[in-house]
Amino acid sequence: MDSKFKKENYNKTAKSYYPKVPLFRNCLKAFLVGGFICLIGELLTKFYMQVFDMSQQEAGTPTVTTLILLSALLTGIGVYDRIAQFAGAGTAVPVTGFANSITSAALEFKSEGYVLGIGGNMFKLAGSVIVFGVTSAYIVGIIRYVFNQLVGG
Amino acid sequence: MDFFWAFVIGGLICVVGQLLLDVAKMDAGHVMSTFVVAGCVLDGFDLYDNLISFAGAGATVPITSFGHSLLHGAMEQADKHGFWGIALGMFQLTSAGIAAAILFGFLVAVFFKPKG
Repeated sequence: MDSKFKKENYNKTAKSYYPKVPLFRNCLKAFLVGGFICLIGELLTKFYMQVFDMSQQEAGTPTVTTLILLSALLTGIGVYDRIAQFAGAGTAVPVTGFANSITSAALEFKSEGYVLGIGGNMFKLAGSVIVFGVTSAYIVGIIRYVFNQLVGG
Repeated sequence: MDFFWAFVIGGLICVVGQLLLDVAKMDAGHVMSTFVVAGCVLDGFDLYDNLISFAGAGATVPITSFGHSLLHGAMEQADKHGFWGIALGMFQLTSAGIAAAILFGFLVAVFFKPKG
């Protein structure tokens, strides 16, 4: 038998059968769409700072809320997932991707009812983000707290 | 110029995500979780705030800022209330985003039909 079918060579052989990804084009698309979403975020921040006389930090809350509302609506009418197919990480990495994963999970399980379907499955994908975020924030937070106590900062 | 850097830095963070998807063969859930942890660790070294003051929304819109905000709220309360402030402040800055995502996600699911 040809050596490439041996067990030890499995990973190497399998790799040559993976579909070739157009890496540069994918990265360019992610850059343009992801950058554009952040540009909208910057526009919203500047808008809230100007019109409602907020500081940059205060403007963060309405900015994120607006982006999440837009993302949830676009997911509802099926547009966000079409953009996501084009942009890959460009739509997954911004906070809009977090809202999209919650909304699409809620929509997907709507047929199982409001309580067990929507309520129970809403965080199916987004839950991992919260779990790993909180766990790592706890660990880093405790390390920093102990460090500050020891140094006396 | 603020708009330019928000676009470029936000775009570059998404390119890193795309590389994790295509080169490291991760799925979107793993990329998002990795980014949250990365943002948290960067804030642990006080680096993420520099990025925000430089890039504005280019640093606050990507999901990395979720990890940064978790730790930031926790440390703010830890300064005031001691050790248990870490738990108290954990969701202080992120609650607006999570609450909005839950509210709008639920409303959209109620009023729209699933597509595809």
